[in-house]
Amino acid sequence: MKGLEPLIFEYSAPGRSGVSLPSLDVPTRDSASLIPSGMLRTTEPELPEAAEVDVVRHFTRLSTFNHGVDTGFYPLGSCTMKYNPKVNEMLARLPGFANVHPYQPEELTQGTLQLMGELQADLGEITGMDAFTLQPAAGAHGEMTGILIIKAYHAFQKDAKRRKVIVPDSAHGTNPATAAMAGFEIVQVPSNARGGVDIEQLRQVATDEVAAFMLTNPNTLGLFDENIKEIADIIHGVGGLLYYDGANANAILGIARPGDMGFDVVHLNLHKTFSTPHGGGGPGSGPVGVKDFLAPFLPKPVVVRKQDESYTLDHDRPLSIGKVRAFYTNFSVVVRAYAYIRSLGGEGLKQASENAVLNANYLMAVLKAHYHLPFDRVCMHEFVITPKNLKSYGVHTLDIAKRLLDYGYHPPTIYFPLIVEEAMMIEPTETESVETLDQFAETLVKIADEVRADAALVKSAPHTTLITRLDEVGAARKPDLRWRKG
Amino acid sequence: MNPKDLKYSKDHDWARVEGNVVTLGITDHAQESLGDVVFVELPAVGATVSAGQSYGTVESVKAVSDIVAAVSGSVIAVNEAILDAPDTLNQDPYGQGWLVRVEATDRSAMEAMMNAEEYDAYLAAEGDH
Repeated sequence: MKGLEPLIFEYSAPGRSGVSLPSLDVPTRDSASLIPSGMLRTTEPELPEAAEVDVVRHFTRLSTFNHGVDTGFYPLGSCTMKYNPKVNEMLARLPGFANVHPYQPEELTQGTLQLMGELQADLGEITGMDAFTLQPAAGAHGEMTGILIIKAYHAFQKDAKRRKVIVPDSAHGTNPATAAMAGFEIVQVPSNARGGVDIEQLRQVATDEVAAFMLTNPNTLGLFDENIKEIADIIHGVGGLLYYDGANANAILGIARPGDMGFDVVHLNLHKTFSTPHGGGGPGSGPVGVKDFLAPFLPKPVVVRKQDESYTLDHDRPLSIGKVRAFYTNFSVVVRAYAYIRSLGGEGLKQASENAVLNANYLMAVLKAHYHLPFDRVCMHEFVITPKNLKSYGVHTLDIAKRLLDYGYHPPTIYFPLIVEEAMMIEPTETESVETLDQFAETLVKIADEVRADAALVKSAPHTTLITRLDEVGAARKPDLRWRKG
Repeated sequence: MNPKDLKYSKDHDWARVEGNVVTLGITDHAQESLGDVVFVELPAVGATVSAGQSYGTVESVKAVSDIVAAVSGSVIAVNEAILDAPDTLNQDPYGQGWLVRVEATDRSAMEAMMNAEEYDAYLAAEGDH
């Protein structure tokens, strides 16, 4: 970024300020009398000193260097980068929601509690689960919560031999990472030729030591596992539980429900499926839903509706795994999800999923004549292609992704899932028009032509962006992580 | 070319047997698929490795991969040079890019490994997928 825009520190001049504070009208006390000396800093913090106008220009300029869903197509597979309706933002900013404090008495926060209670019920209906917690702050946090619930359940059953969690080789890395963090041993099960779970291999590893099987359905290839009922029978048959990773829930809303497929625990990514601007670190929300028999283990508190129809945070849950977050939820994301669900309604959600699947299949059908399609079958909301047909030109997926930047697109997810060499994972989402899809497909076809005509052009892309090809090896081996005063 | 004197696994690891000492590494195909290697994590000398189990990781700009031991035994030498210059793995995976030497206590798992010809055929078949 050097040369394009200085760091905020470089705008700093001693004594410059964007605010003028009123004079102190309360008695002063020396900080040394209030804070133990060991915790008191002896040097001034070197904060930038800048005028408001410089700060505003600096950050506004930086914001124009971004690519977001509001600036262009963003087919980043597995991330569900759909357009997020602005009405969600308006509602999340209503003063009654935006200014509420978690320590306010419940009689004064009935509106927020009601919204959370109703959203829990909505998510239960959408997924076919009996009880939901909104506590987890994001998807992987939801996974951790779900797996800890499963662990607590087996412990309650005094079933100590269940040390293993089975994960398919197409899973997101967070699945095995979660299970390992929760103290389980990971057993990987391979995919079959159709891209689903290899049932025979699953049978071999399904023993009474299995605590859970974690599955994303549709999986990271964008393929629905048609054997899900059989998978559920195999896992339940040995006393294990089924965990549904809701990463790809955008494909099935109103069409299929994890609860009906036999899953015992589900997490959803509200920020993805239910429309909150995401990417770049947050905020997220990863509610977890469970079947009745697991409800006592949900993290406490849970929002419940009392006899008198008012809502409360119920802390009296002796079997609960405890808190997984200081306060109940990332509330602003919850408001957006509620607004999204209520504005689309059941039919609307179903149509959104249908369009997400239609868009993905349309793009896949156009592109399969120009790129290698490793699993040639109807996909769900995303699909994986590779430039294997262009391999002889020495061009890799990374080069094609970089070249897409020249045409103003955010690239697809690349090199994932790991089971497909040189994978390019494309998720167009439901919010894109056929014209946008056509333009994107034409661009990818054009890039394939460029590879054949002038591979070097593609291998050295991007050429038109503010920053050109990055030295990724240098960045990984010798990272320059901190600005130091010149 | 994959050297004739090595044994190869489906996970693209290789093993060279010299008496009771087995040298382990990753294949040319593995380094090519991984792309530029940026970190290598290896066990310490004296550590125990088990056949079929991961004994370290190779991290490239694309992904982090486990490296799987072909034999069981204890590590008698570690390629320290590669920890500082992981790109050696990309340049010379069968020579300077070796990873560890193991004093083998059990080599039975190596019976299932491929020779160079079989491995070439395996790569060709895998490429058709």
